[in-house]
Amino acid sequence: MTAAGAPTRDQDRHTVSARGITKAFPGVVANDGVDFNADRGEVHALLGENGSGKTTLCKILTGLYRPDAGQVLVGGQPVTFRSPADAYAAGIFMVHQHFSLVSSMTVAENVVLGWHREGRHVFNRRQVEEDVARAAERFDMHVDPRAIISRLSVGERQRVEILKALYRRARTLILDEPTSVLTPQEAEQLFVSLRRMAAEGESVVFISHKLDEVTALCDRVTVLRHGRVSGSADLRTSRVDARGLARMMVGRDIAFSRRSRVDALGDSEPALELRDVSAVEAHGTLALHDVTLSVRPGEILGVAGVSGNGQVALAEVIAGLRKRTAGEVRLQGEPLPPGDPRAASDRGLAYVPEDRIGTGLAPGLTVADNCVLKSYRQRHLGRGPFLLKSRILARTQRLLEAFNVKGTADSLVRQLSGGNAQKVLLAREISSEPQVLVVATPTRGLDVSAMESIRALLLEAAAGGAGVLLISEDLAEILDLADRIAVISRGRIQGVLDADSTDPTQVGVLMMGGSLEDAGAVAP
Amino acid sequence: MRWLPEIHFERRLKPPRWLGPATPPIAVVVALAIGALVLWASGRDAVDIYQRMVRAAFTNPGAFSNTLIAATPLLLTGLAAAITFRMKVWNIGADGQLMIGAVLAAAAGTYFGGQSLAAVMTLMILAGIVGGCLWAAIAALLRVYLNTNEVLTTLMLNYIAPLILFYLIFDSTSYWRDLSSQSARVFPQAKTLAEESFWPEYGTTVVVPFGFILGAVLALALFFVVRSTRFGFRMRVSADSPAAGRYAGIRTGRLLIVVMLLSGALAGIAGASQIGDVSHRLEPKNLQLAVFGYTGIAVAALVRYHPVAIVMSAILVGALNNAGFNLQGPDLPLGLIGVNQGIILLLVAASEVTARYRLVLSRRTSRGDRAPPQGESAEASATGGATEQSDGGAT
Repeated sequence: MTAAGAPTRDQDRHTVSARGITKAFPGVVANDGVDFNADRGEVHALLGENGSGKTTLCKILTGLYRPDAGQVLVGGQPVTFRSPADAYAAGIFMVHQHFSLVSSMTVAENVVLGWHREGRHVFNRRQVEEDVARAAERFDMHVDPRAIISRLSVGERQRVEILKALYRRARTLILDEPTSVLTPQEAEQLFVSLRRMAAEGESVVFISHKLDEVTALCDRVTVLRHGRVSGSADLRTSRVDARGLARMMVGRDIAFSRRSRVDALGDSEPALELRDVSAVEAHGTLALHDVTLSVRPGEILGVAGVSGNGQVALAEVIAGLRKRTAGEVRLQGEPLPPGDPRAASDRGLAYVPEDRIGTGLAPGLTVADNCVLKSYRQRHLGRGPFLLKSRILARTQRLLEAFNVKGTADSLVRQLSGGNAQKVLLAREISSEPQVLVVATPTRGLDVSAMESIRALLLEAAAGGAGVLLISEDLAEILDLADRIAVISRGRIQGVLDADSTDPTQVGVLMMGGSLEDAGAVAP
Repeated sequence: MRWLPEIHFERRLKPPRWLGPATPPIAVVVALAIGALVLWASGRDAVDIYQRMVRAAFTNPGAFSNTLIAATPLLLTGLAAAITFRMKVWNIGADGQLMIGAVLAAAAGTYFGGQSLAAVMTLMILAGIVGGCLWAAIAALLRVYLNTNEVLTTLMLNYIAPLILFYLIFDSTSYWRDLSSQSARVFPQAKTLAEESFWPEYGTTVVVPFGFILGAVLALALFFVVRSTRFGFRMRVSADSPAAGRYAGIRTGRLLIVVMLLSGALAGIAGASQIGDVSHRLEPKNLQLAVFGYTGIAVAALVRYHPVAIVMSAILVGALNNAGFNLQGPDLPLGLIGVNQGIILLLVAASEVTARYRLVLSRRTSRGDRAPPQGESAEASATGGATEQSDGGAT
């Protein structure tokens, strides 16, 4: 770390600033002359769609990347971070979406891991535990310093990450989409803690693309679009609402599709039915426990839950990618053989997995190859053992046009943007005219406009008569799209709610393992 | 050490199309230049030695024919390695598969010696395929059903195969052993093919062994199978992402077995070609010393497992082996030739990185020097309430 230049009055106010930051990656300028200041005592939102350069900027601020041009300043002084360690030393910490905790160690041990205060080389367990407990108390982040990480919930782990930063005397705390793994209640709790930190003079940078969170929590907001600052606002003094922010973020007005529910489903035969289905994780723990669900044709059944509560297993069991240990899956009334993805797909099941690029799509193959990933066996795509490239290209072209995908048939999937890749995947799955469509976190990581087109596609598929199982961690999305909401927690279905007569709090109670009675809801 | 320039890799924004195919030849030239330095450093005339190498490998009468003979097994084992390595299945057992293929091909060649040449050749090739497949099947089945690491199993099987060869010829009176004369009984050797069963060669000035032509045809066939068939599609999907393969309903275990068997079959054909084209009888010691299987891995890796390009790289490595064999003598120890070969292989293998990345050297200075801070102007907009700097006018 090198420091140069004279201190200015900024020293008092800014904890960290960026001046004219430019950073290019192959094919994309992630940051283009970005200016940014985080002030003492504020919660500052960094808002933008995915791919707008939020994360790149924060990685530059924390020494993970180096800018091609521009300058990072700490306390008004230019600095050059060679590594995250330099940024730590300057008091800048980032809580990433994937936590960096050792799961077999205690909270206190994780907090001090790889760190010692000047002159202290002995791990004084009791001292650290007291310090952690005090910090937790001060910021209202309840966590037992002696607890083993693996026993903690995701929300608690996040608190440990934050405590780790505070213990290391962070003056700037950067949180990368911290609420994406939390229940609504946990998010509320986090906001309280963050406000308290700001009140104590810390500066909190809150990366998000959720507008309501930003308006609820933050003092100031800087909006990024296509790597540039497209707008900024002081939310304490100006009346910018979510709409205004959305416009800065996207460049135009966005209205999300919502379900206009028609009660014409009646008592038709379920398109998809699960009866007492159980499944295990690879290491043998129970992933699904006696799950019973049914999806009628034309219906969207949302599966809500905090991520890691059996959603992946649920989708994989239905798709035949994971063997069930008990129970039965029926498609159109016919039982599906376990562990046979081809049979499931042949019988009319389409599946958009959570892991789009790597499972749903083969990233190193072309868009055309990926468009026939499942249908390459169809007779009319080839002659005998040979595939006819012209026919594959014709089909690909049709799909790209019909689903409005930007990209050519011969570009590699890994060169597509996240939104376009997801559109290719959905195009392929929906165009197979499925009876049942299972989609897992279909809009995660997508920008607002891609998100909107994906939502519209799901509604269209349901309107076309497919039974849709929508597994998502985005409760707002489920509330917007689903007819009924099944809440999953620790591999069990805690209850099924009618989307019209429920509110997020009820769902939140179930998400945390409560029962329908706890939530005070009436089952549909 | 601050005066040292800082080196880092930068991914090329758009790798030029010519760069991929051009890299290996460039690397060979650079390697020859480095090799020249080594030769000069050891007090030899590099230009003279390189001229002699070219003569020994290509231009002397019969030299290129010998290069092709040396290239033939490498071409086939190179294909055997390429087909599995592309799938990220590491069959390093082509050596053993080649030997077992040679054992069965030798038996077929002597047993059906009375038949027409076409019939004998077909039977020998089939026998080679069966032998290679058998040996590969052991590792393939263990991998699919017991999840055994194929690197270990194929490696171990490489040690077992020569023992079988030695047993058949030296430690038993097996079918393979020549017991027709008194001397053959004392100095064990294998039965020789009838002269009518020797595989044909083509050409006059340059003699091309049948096995080489077969290998070249198989290389082309493999290329088209992978590119344009449904089976090849399965291979490409599973090679790119096994999870996507399973998701697409591909029976990955079965595919893996088929690919391993194909690989074993190619190695087995190499074994049959050794009997039919070159030695005309089982020669355990030569087969063991030749390490065709391992060299085939290098041959395939040189051209990143591209089946058609393997023909070229097999000729290159064959030429190096052939020249080395001819040039070694008191003035040029075999080790020095090996050093040169090693430099070539190392550079070609390493050059793949430069096709995708660019080396960037930079002085160790603060990046901020390039673009001075912009001062306070940006500050004003941040506090002045909502501002919107339109970029594109999409509103």
